[in-house]
Amino acid sequence: MLSPQEPPKRKLRVATTSLSGCFGCHMSLLDLDENLLALVDLVEFDRSPITDIKHCGPCDIGIIEGGVCNSENVHVLREFRENCRTLIALGACAVNGGLPTLRNGLDVREVLREAYFEQPGAVCNTIPNDVELPLLLDKVHPINEVVRVDYFIPGCPPSRDAIFKFLTDLIAGRTPRLDYPQMRFD
Amino acid sequence: MSFDNSSAVGVLEPILERYSRNPHHLMQILRETQEHLDFIPQWATDYLAEALALPRTQIQSVIDFYAFFYDSPRGKYRILFSDNVTDRMQGNMALLSRMLSKFGLTQGQASGDGLLSINTTSCTGMCDQGPALLVNNHAITRLSSQRIDQICELIKEKKPLAEWPAEFFRVEDNIRRKDVLLATEMVNGQALKRAIELGPKGMLAEMKASNFRGRGGAGFTTAVKWEACRNAPGTTRYVVCNADEGEPGTFKDRVLMASFSERVFEGMTIAGYAIGAAKGFVYLRGEYRYMLEKLQATLEARRKANLLGKDILGQKGFDFDIEIHMGAGSYVCGEETALIESLEGKPGKPRIRPPFPVTHGYLDQPTVVNNVETLAKATLIAQNGGAWYHGLGTKLSTGTKLLSISGDCDHPGIYEYPFGVRIAQILEDCGARNAMAVQVGGAAGTCVARHEFGRKIAFEDVSTSGALMVFGNNRDMFEVARNFMHFFKHESCGFCTPCRVGTTLICDTLDKIANGKGTAYEMNELSRLHQLLRSASHCGLGQSAGRPVNDTLQKFRPSYDRRLKQKDFEPAFDLDAALIPAREITARDDIDAHLGADQ
Repeated sequence: MLSPQEPPKRKLRVATTSLSGCFGCHMSLLDLDENLLALVDLVEFDRSPITDIKHCGPCDIGIIEGGVCNSENVHVLREFRENCRTLIALGACAVNGGLPTLRNGLDVREVLREAYFEQPGAVCNTIPNDVELPLLLDKVHPINEVVRVDYFIPGCPPSRDAIFKFLTDLIAGRTPRLDYPQMRFD
Repeated sequence: MSFDNSSAVGVLEPILERYSRNPHHLMQILRETQEHLDFIPQWATDYLAEALALPRTQIQSVIDFYAFFYDSPRGKYRILFSDNVTDRMQGNMALLSRMLSKFGLTQGQASGDGLLSINTTSCTGMCDQGPALLVNNHAITRLSSQRIDQICELIKEKKPLAEWPAEFFRVEDNIRRKDVLLATEMVNGQALKRAIELGPKGMLAEMKASNFRGRGGAGFTTAVKWEACRNAPGTTRYVVCNADEGEPGTFKDRVLMASFSERVFEGMTIAGYAIGAAKGFVYLRGEYRYMLEKLQATLEARRKANLLGKDILGQKGFDFDIEIHMGAGSYVCGEETALIESLEGKPGKPRIRPPFPVTHGYLDQPTVVNNVETLAKATLIAQNGGAWYHGLGTKLSTGTKLLSISGDCDHPGIYEYPFGVRIAQILEDCGARNAMAVQVGGAAGTCVARHEFGRKIAFEDVSTSGALMVFGNNRDMFEVARNFMHFFKHESCGFCTPCRVGTTLICDTLDKIANGKGTAYEMNELSRLHQLLRSASHCGLGQSAGRPVNDTLQKFRPSYDRRLKQKDFEPAFDLDAALIPAREITARDDIDAHLGADQ
């Protein structure tokens, strides 16, 4: 018979990635220090910069850092959405687009021209167009404008306490809730 | 235009003199400046900053805050189409495009020759005789394509407004049902005489006995407000009449100010007498600018009859006078603390309450802010006594209520009913045969569906500030809610984040659903955003902004559902199209240079 005290039968699978982020949110995740050990007791990692697994398999939780700025970001984000039961936007860029959205007021063609031709020291005479390279979207988007997102953790980056509280809530089956001290940024 | 001292002196000095160079009159000074110059040029702002000893930024912030102030040329004729949902139902959009195409303009653009600009504005309070527009803040009602063509001709001929046909500017009262307020003849000064006989305390006692509640919507007991103000420590007290009825679908205060202003002014004087105030303000919404001269003449006549001024009706030491303050197109100024900020010559951003205006109001002094209807009815209580008034209406909502009825009915207009009247009765009286829904209390009010038509108009059931918009069987309630949400987004003062961002997010979500890209995700978002706005907003605007969506989601869910994609999620924008510029500049067209649909 199921009892409410019963511990989880299996470890939850977690995948993480950084789209157009700076990896600052992942650094905050690593900043969990000894709590990482507590977390590793509860979860195992699938695709993540920590494991270097290249593609995401079926997961319980997907954690996305960074907004969506190019076509590759779209593919990765779709892969996560498809495979992860719960998808979390981690940090300001994933939640709102963040710093990369500063280019949203400019024409992306002008941005590329400026970067590759007009900048002092620019040595190219062409804008890189190898088919291996992902193309830039005309605007940078927060991830919830491209796929459905279940939870948002604010912060630039979110503090380790916020990340730990959020994940342990989620793993224990409580609706995640950040209290005021975990959302203070000053 | 460069700084031109002679026109600054010629135009601005007489205005400044008229307002005694009092910076609290900044809004009136700006309004008159714009009436002379068609907009408020930089040099005028600079001159006024110096003359009023105000920071230039403060004047600029006032110009930016109010929809009817312009700091760049908007043409000699500034046309604003009223864009309430009732105007939409009467076909205002077709008339707007007709006019735009006649001049080859786009909405909001000023014509190159400086002749005109055409745009939309929030409900102008002419819902019973729409579609309506404002030209240089003067209302034109009952628009038709023929009338639009005539207006276009007049503008092309550059005819001054004064020479336009008076018929255009005719505003009807459309009073359809009279009860104690509208049917009782009033002899000027009679109610005031009776109040003086009773004495301030006696008048307060009558107000208490009547259990009269304010008619602006919140329903606070008026006697409690008056007494708190009377007892509050302070040097000067003020009475403010809130005639800033911006709630879409409300126009009863327009009729009271146009045809019953004696009653309103007398009610204010009685309030002044009861609380010990010597000064009153009428805060008249900018859309009712056309009444200003007539109201000022009425005030002048009352001064001559010793009903205003010094030692009123021979009562030694009873001094009271009234000043009219014109608003300039801001819904949030109907909130009493925002209204007081505006009266003081500042942007109308709501204050933090408490302290309440009864202790810290205008210039931080004890102030009573009452709705027009509340003050008009105080005269009835003075005349006939509180016990008599208590016998009308229901136990918790005494007396009568004026309703502004518009939308799908045969006889739109003003109806005065005793509280406790059933909505079904009202619909029968106004000739609404196929009503599917009734929006009671304006955009921020309650959406009542057919199965609830047995409910009563009263503070204890469906409460209202006075708007009642009827929607017939063929109306799309999703579009009604979307119209109201765009109204809130436009009118949010921007002070607090939940309201400023939240109203925009709700509008974006509704627009996404309207564009056929909505999914179950958006439906959850709408409910979540409503909760957030309700609990986290600074004032009533944000707290109630999600209501039209919440109500229609509950009662007219199929009007949302039929627009949804049967998918988990759909982006609001076309992902492949977002790669076009990058494809262009890299000259790529390979398969990886495209984004297909999500599987």
